[in-house]
Amino acid sequence: MDINFTPEDEAFRAEVRAFIEENQPQHLKGVRRGEYRNKEDFLVWHRILYKKGWLVPSWPAPYGTNWTPTQKYIWNEENARAETPAILPFGVSMVGPVIYTFGTQEQKDKYIPGILSGDVWWCQGYSEPGAGSDLASLKTTAVREGDYYIVNGQKTWTTLAQFADWIFCLVRTDKNAKAQEGISFLLIDMKTPGITVKPIITMDGGHEVNEVWFDNVKVPVENRIHEENKGWTCAKFLLSHERAGIAGVARSKRAISRLKDMLAMEVIDGEKLIDDADFERKIAELEIDLTALEFTELRTLASEQAGKGPGLESSILKIKGTEIQQRITELVMEGVGYYSLPYSDPLSHNEFAPGPAYAEGTTQNYANMRKTSIYGGSNEIQRNIIAKMVLGL
Amino acid sequence: MDFSFTEEQTLLRNSVQKFIQGAYDFETRRKVSKSDAGWRKEVYGQIAEMGLLGVAMPEDFGGLGGSAVDAMIIAEEFGRGLVIEPWLNNAVIAAGFLKAAGSTAQKEELLPAIAAGETVFAFAYAEPQGRFNLADLTTTAKKSGDGYVLNGHKAVVLGAPFADKLIVTARTSGGQRDADGVTVFIVDKSAKGVSTRDYPTVDGNRASEVTLENVTVGADAVIGEVGGGLKTVELVTDQAIAALAAESTGAMKVLNDTTIEYAKTRKQFGTPIGKFQVLQHRMVDMFMNYEQSVSITYMVTLKLEEEEAERKKAASAAKVQIGKAGRFIGQSAVQIHGGMGMTDELNVGHYFKRLTMIDTLFGNVDHHLKRYATLG
Repeated sequence: MDINFTPEDEAFRAEVRAFIEENQPQHLKGVRRGEYRNKEDFLVWHRILYKKGWLVPSWPAPYGTNWTPTQKYIWNEENARAETPAILPFGVSMVGPVIYTFGTQEQKDKYIPGILSGDVWWCQGYSEPGAGSDLASLKTTAVREGDYYIVNGQKTWTTLAQFADWIFCLVRTDKNAKAQEGISFLLIDMKTPGITVKPIITMDGGHEVNEVWFDNVKVPVENRIHEENKGWTCAKFLLSHERAGIAGVARSKRAISRLKDMLAMEVIDGEKLIDDADFERKIAELEIDLTALEFTELRTLASEQAGKGPGLESSILKIKGTEIQQRITELVMEGVGYYSLPYSDPLSHNEFAPGPAYAEGTTQNYANMRKTSIYGGSNEIQRNIIAKMVLGL
Repeated sequence: MDFSFTEEQTLLRNSVQKFIQGAYDFETRRKVSKSDAGWRKEVYGQIAEMGLLGVAMPEDFGGLGGSAVDAMIIAEEFGRGLVIEPWLNNAVIAAGFLKAAGSTAQKEELLPAIAAGETVFAFAYAEPQGRFNLADLTTTAKKSGDGYVLNGHKAVVLGAPFADKLIVTARTSGGQRDADGVTVFIVDKSAKGVSTRDYPTVDGNRASEVTLENVTVGADAVIGEVGGGLKTVELVTDQAIAALAAESTGAMKVLNDTTIEYAKTRKQFGTPIGKFQVLQHRMVDMFMNYEQSVSITYMVTLKLEEEEAERKKAASAAKVQIGKAGRFIGQSAVQIHGGMGMTDELNVGHYFKRLTMIDTLFGNVDHHLKRYATLG
């Protein structure tokens, strides 16, 4: 056992840190995604990394880097430390790996360049009103007519679909097969006639998610990835792929350090709030939780490095990671006291914002982060997975 | 021992329920909270006509002469309706100050006007540095001739955009956090030197930052004893806490009922999700949290007339219980509703936000745990 980084790792860290310092978009440092002003804000860091060749460290040759899992870990940590914008996962972490794993050469040639350059924005068409935790019960149909599928149905919770050029969808191609066996994986151009995007406003006032409706949408058969009715294989692959970073340890560390800075500015009875016994205890508990999670993640990483592949413990990373992220937003909200009450309109930033700048939108952020224990397989589903697959219950 | 309601109290509850069902459906409430005005003056007028603003005032002053239990019933039903109009600020807080410490002249002038909904108050007590300490005041009131000159900044004054008068706490003597030297003033919002900046709050209500710059008031603007106002402030905020506790139980009940109903109808994996034991236990915990909150609300309501230390402990105990329960129930309701619970469209998120906010008002769980412990 050894928890020290090698001199090579440290050299790598120095290189990465210098690059980030020199190149990161300063106007987005530490800005929450809900506060981005335009489409380009989401993409600027993506494009810089693409140019550098560091956009997709985990992809295989010829696209990716040959970084070790430890180096990827350092990369994540340095990005969190510098508060660079998070890279949107839909292209590079989701549909991209599905295409390079299951796609034909033509499909790779057609879609991969746009994913890497950031010129094509992807969104994910998985959840439906009746298919949330039980994803395989999805009802959107794709009926074959000659060289086309005719797609009808509705997807929901589609993140940032308002900006998307393409959507990757799970659709039902065989109504008679068992739930998982009649599903196909389709790529659909959002400009195709018959597609309607309707915004869903969340309780924090933000517009991040959407409904996407399909009314007799004609999709060329060549847009299907993998065989017909084998879409569930792609979906499962996607869920087990790229779990590194799912715990958000590095970003949570950074958020806790921001929380502490903030508590040092707040006062209680003339003293700094950070010296208040209640807050000291709460922060200590949070840090200890996060330290344990960090080492759980490092153990996962080590096992991956030893060639064993990521295990089912990724469910632990998701559950604990999201619980910690939620807890941080709770403490931030508590920390600012009465100034957690004002509502900050995410769409018009210029409105009068009372109180210190760090207090703005804290309750809305707390409310927004409740989504993390619901999305990506709710935390109840993650616990079911551990019960069944790990504990054998 | 008797926890039953009188016939009059049941009638009161029924009439408030009917009013909420009529004037306060969820969609209307949402529209109003997003409108320019942010509230409905005519609805406030109806609340006055029903006698709800004067519920706890003596009959001599235009009130109903009701008890704290009557106020509890109204607050609970208003919690179910997420009522925006400033009933708490007026029926409980402004009326509370006047009843406890007001002069006869002040009572005669203001209580009937409050009861009729003609004069609307907001309570300007919090300050940016003060957190939840009611005595931590940098707002000053200096003696000048017969009256006083006020200077300071009051933070997050809820309902101030709807108000024409403010109840302001200010320091007339002593150090920044001394118990002695706190004085309570009535200040016209239109008085020279009062400026407000209004903004919405996360629960769909409105608040203001209030700046007082050389605001002159007469000696008759003081409520109660000069320099001895803190005791009254604590009494009235404890009364407000009791009403907030009742309001929160109303909101909790709606969330619990809505969640149980949803769990019975929402199907995943071929069964209603309410059949999953892990969700059943969570809903049982929500139910227990609610029942405990109702119990502690009764407790604090019945102890508002007790001697000071007993009353303070009761109020802090209630605030801790409803703060914790409100957070657990709010979070659980959202979680069990899944993505739907996150939306602005469904009422769940709105009750979640109101319960979250109630925890902060007049001191959160940490503050009241400490206060309870210090009271011994």
